[in-house]
Amino acid sequence: MIQADLNVILPEIFLSLFAMLALLVGVYGGKDRLSVPLIFATAGIFVILAFMVSGSSNGTQIAFKSMFVNDGFARFSKVLILIAAAVVLIISPDYLRSCKLLNFEYPILIALSVVGMMVMVSSGDLMSLYMGLELQSLSLYVVASMRRDSLKSTEAGLKYFVLGALSSGLLLYGASLCYGYAGTTNFEGIIAAVGDDNTDVGLLIGLVLILSGLAFKVSAVPFHMWTPDVYEGAPTPVTAFFATAPKVAAMALFARVMHDAFGGIVGDWQQIITLISLLSMYLGAIAAIGQNNIKRLMAYSSIAHMGYALMGLASGTAVGVGAMLTYMAIYVTMNIGTFAFILTMEREGQPVTDIASLSMLSRAEPAKALAMLVLLFSLAGIPPSLGFFAKWGVWNAAINADLIWLVVASALASAIGAYYYLRIVYLMYFGQEPQEALDQCRAPILSSVMGLSAMIMVVGVVSLFGIEGAAKEAANTLVR
Amino acid sequence: MIGLEHYLTVAATLFVIGIFGLFLNRKNVIILLMSVELILLSVNINLVAFSSFAQDLVGQVFTLLVLTVAAAEAAIGLAILVSFFRNRGTIAVEDVNVMKG
Repeated sequence: MIQADLNVILPEIFLSLFAMLALLVGVYGGKDRLSVPLIFATAGIFVILAFMVSGSSNGTQIAFKSMFVNDGFARFSKVLILIAAAVVLIISPDYLRSCKLLNFEYPILIALSVVGMMVMVSSGDLMSLYMGLELQSLSLYVVASMRRDSLKSTEAGLKYFVLGALSSGLLLYGASLCYGYAGTTNFEGIIAAVGDDNTDVGLLIGLVLILSGLAFKVSAVPFHMWTPDVYEGAPTPVTAFFATAPKVAAMALFARVMHDAFGGIVGDWQQIITLISLLSMYLGAIAAIGQNNIKRLMAYSSIAHMGYALMGLASGTAVGVGAMLTYMAIYVTMNIGTFAFILTMEREGQPVTDIASLSMLSRAEPAKALAMLVLLFSLAGIPPSLGFFAKWGVWNAAINADLIWLVVASALASAIGAYYYLRIVYLMYFGQEPQEALDQCRAPILSSVMGLSAMIMVVGVVSLFGIEGAAKEAANTLVR
Repeated sequence: MIGLEHYLTVAATLFVIGIFGLFLNRKNVIILLMSVELILLSVNINLVAFSSFAQDLVGQVFTLLVLTVAAAEAAIGLAILVSFFRNRGTIAVEDVNVMKG
């Protein structure tokens, strides 16, 4: 019995053991000299695990009295999380070296947070949800303030910690109410207690509190306040990580809680998600306009993108969840490319994040500027790029769910949002001659990741490599 | 006779005090950590009360998990606070303001 349960969580056990072993090796074996090999080893383990997870059985496996669910939805999200985390690890060493930040703890903390995310996406119980969420968050608080001698980084960590702890508190209070009124912490028990018309008001309050805690983790308005500060203050590879894997995990958890535990009252949570999705799209589009720091700009951009992804969830159907998963896959790909570009922005060996420093980049480095142009077009969702098809998917789902006004509003928001992406393009191609040019990019890994990501944005229009079908299948295992 | 409602009222009061402590406090980051702890403890009261009145042990198991996580969270919070203090020289809430906009 227990053996069968353990087999289901084998990838998680494997990764936790690896993280603890790596910690021992790091402490006794040579400290920070080992950090680059550890970074690549961790990335390698992530890729192996991604294959292991995707190659494991097809059906739905349940372990530990349905506390842990390994279904198609969880597997899709896990593969996405693992690959995103692996790529982020691979692009980080250059930056960390130039900032003297090569701590061996960095890959270990990332690995632990990935364990947390994997537990999150396959949680089938409020307890495993909470433990996964906290393992992820606690590791992320530490990596955000990893640059101990920098005021900005520690301030980012502090802000993230206080607001993150508040959101966990809200979520937990909601969980306690759900436990009290449903009599169980299991999603299967909760969905049985949540009926169509006779739902207890305590359960509804619990739902709203859990929803706000989750909205915090995906940085949706009105719980987005931490995002720009944390993105700006954290070291850039850490910001790249924040923008990708945790967002996927939180969004998948969002879908899982809404459909697995509260699938009986779609109408009740649909209106809340519709509202936060709308607000996120508009705030992300408008507040980014005045930004001069590219990392802050990416923070607002990710708030807006979370708004679009939530639109898929707001439609409350399997099609919507599938569109959301596809959106997240495309979002992660373009964000990794963009952050690889930001990581190459250096002047005399020091990283810069000023948008103005990009002016006339097309003359100095035409290939890099072209890759960024493709990525920015895709982020803005301008028609021939892949980003547009991501939006097209969620729009389709929303139209099927009779949310046409939301689609119209989001099209307007994306038109407003296109302005600040295109401003960067304008600067790169038609800006003024800069006083001091950026350094020539000498990092082959960064350029190839950026090139690959831009290439996917173009090739993806023709074929999505089966991502869309896989997402649809994954969504069907979640929404029944 | 003390019923379930009494426990829930105490927990809700503590929860609200915790939230207000987070938002209204302008003095000291330590107070923020205390407020976070208050929120988590109010959740624990809720869980134990529900579990005892429903004759179901799951809530108490949950409480133990929450206590453990709360301890880890406080440790990490204080560690981040110490490294912030070394850079800034103060832990007043209004001085956590290098980044704005």
